[in-house]
Amino acid sequence: MAGVTYGTIYAIVAIGFNIIYNATGIINFAQGEFVMLGGMTAVTLSRFVPLPVAILGAVVLTTIVGAVIEIVFIRWLHRPSVLRMVIITIGISILIREIALHVWGESVRSLPYFTGTSVTSIRLGGVYISPQVLWAVGVGAVAVALLSAFFNLTMLGRQMRACSANRDAARLCGINAGNMVTLSFMISAAIGAIGGCVVCPITYVHYDSGTPLAIKGFTVAILGGLGNSTAAVGAGMILGILESFSIWVLPAAYKEAISIAILLLILFVRPSGIFGSAEAARLKEF
Amino acid sequence: MLRIKNLESGYGRLKVLKKVTMHIRSGEIVTIIGANGAGKTSLLKTIAGLLPARSGEILFDTKDIGNLPPEKVVFRGCSLVPEGRQVFAPMTVRENILLGAYTQYRNGKGGAVRDDIERVYGIFPRLRERERQLAGTLSGGEQQMLAIARALMARPKLIMMDEPSMGLAPLVIRDIFAVITRLRKEGGTVLLVEQNARAALGIADRGYVLETGRIIMEGEAEELLSNREVQRAYLGRDLDAEGKM
Ligand SMILES: Nc1ncnc2c1ncn2[C@@H]1O[C@H](COP(=O)(O)OP(=O)(O)O)[C@@H](O)[C@H]1O
Ligand SMILES: [Mg+2]
Repeated sequence: MAGVTYGTIYAIVAIGFNIIYNATGIINFAQGEFVMLGGMTAVTLSRFVPLPVAILGAVVLTTIVGAVIEIVFIRWLHRPSVLRMVIITIGISILIREIALHVWGESVRSLPYFTGTSVTSIRLGGVYISPQVLWAVGVGAVAVALLSAFFNLTMLGRQMRACSANRDAARLCGINAGNMVTLSFMISAAIGAIGGCVVCPITYVHYDSGTPLAIKGFTVAILGGLGNSTAAVGAGMILGILESFSIWVLPAAYKEAISIAILLLILFVRPSGIFGSAEAARLKEF
Repeated sequence: MLRIKNLESGYGRLKVLKKVTMHIRSGEIVTIIGANGAGKTSLLKTIAGLLPARSGEILFDTKDIGNLPPEKVVFRGCSLVPEGRQVFAPMTVRENILLGAYTQYRNGKGGAVRDDIERVYGIFPRLRERERQLAGTLSGGEQQMLAIARALMARPKLIMMDEPSMGLAPLVIRDIFAVITRLRKEGGTVLLVEQNARAALGIADRGYVLETGRIIMEGEAEELLSNREVQRAYLGRDLDAEGKM
């Protein structure tokens, strides 16, 4: 069942990638750091305030960090090249990691289980599941549903999609495209932080735990087809479960190599992703 | 309504518009004709704010809009139907139309949007039939209708259209031009850019001829239609094309 937990966080990171990618065409390699920041901040806050308040505070703070990053590093760039964006976002990720090391040190931290303890388990259809896994999956599912409703049913969500479909045409409708990009960073940061909070009782968190998540999340985003958040959920589960089964056939040390292998394989064989159709890709690119 | 004085703009080191001076009165259809590459699209983009003006002024309702970004120009009541339609391809027809009403929502006139949608569906019944379809799957003519409908949703005082007839079948072009005259009858003001000079001058009140970034001629539409120079340079080709129709 650990596979499902990891799958959830991979999917959440991938969705974070997708939201920013759709709004800007940028792959934000600091996406994993949002997850780390969410977890770390919640752990720290939970020493002073009740857990739900700590989580809420962590999400709000990380969202603000997302907005600041966009306003400070991204907004003033005029049609930057892809390479430049890759370097800038990797730079941001290193910066955040260094600050986190400075603030929190190297120790590994964790939040308490939301319900029960690490040994509590719930019987569900013959298998025993930790309630925290249900929390992670449940929160992940709710987040995906809310995001989908936001993008498809609200005017603000439609504005963001319009900007990603055709930035100039969106501006001609009166939409402030720059603000939509900031908003995409805020939503990505928020969903990353939420994910970081719900999985950290199981996966733990330390200053450096964002980077591997970014790689896994990127693999999942590519696997599902960049920009496609529904497919990212399926792809996240596939990677999480593959990884957790791999320790039966491969030495545990190779677990980390799986996602890289999948990533390379997909990039070579099917860059549009396993769920992506050529038709959708064309419509998207336009 | 719109008064442009000595407007200049361009891309990087390339200067495209050179001292363009023109005006549009309320209730008119004014057309700008000119060959490919003359700078017609650049002119509309500069008015709309997509391309920064280098010098000169653009007065809309006596206020200078020369330095405004596109998202602000729409709020002043000046909408552009861009070249090549530029609909939001992965979104539905209805969503495209709703996005056109963004300025209305922001101005607290969201309540009127329902009626406005009915109005544009009245003008383009085809769009109502295709309401739930993705805009990218529409035919060229339908996409053009959608682009015009989207711009109309902002209730612009001036609507600018960049080659609405491009790549469309003659019957569809006739429909679109009929809509343009209808807009004038309902009190609208239209700036129409066309390569199809004969058709454009046929419905326009006045026209300007743009050549390599300069206005070389202006006048009443009939006057331009009967002008020998215009006939040779811009209408001769259209005659051939119409012969084929
Ligand atoms: N995005 C651009 N970058 C650089 N030059 C451009 C761009 N768009 C148009 N031009 C140049 O500006 C001139 C005028 O183009 P345009 O305004 O599109 O003319 P028209 O619409 O009359 O065909 C042309 O010489 C064209 O090559
Ligand atoms: Mg043009």
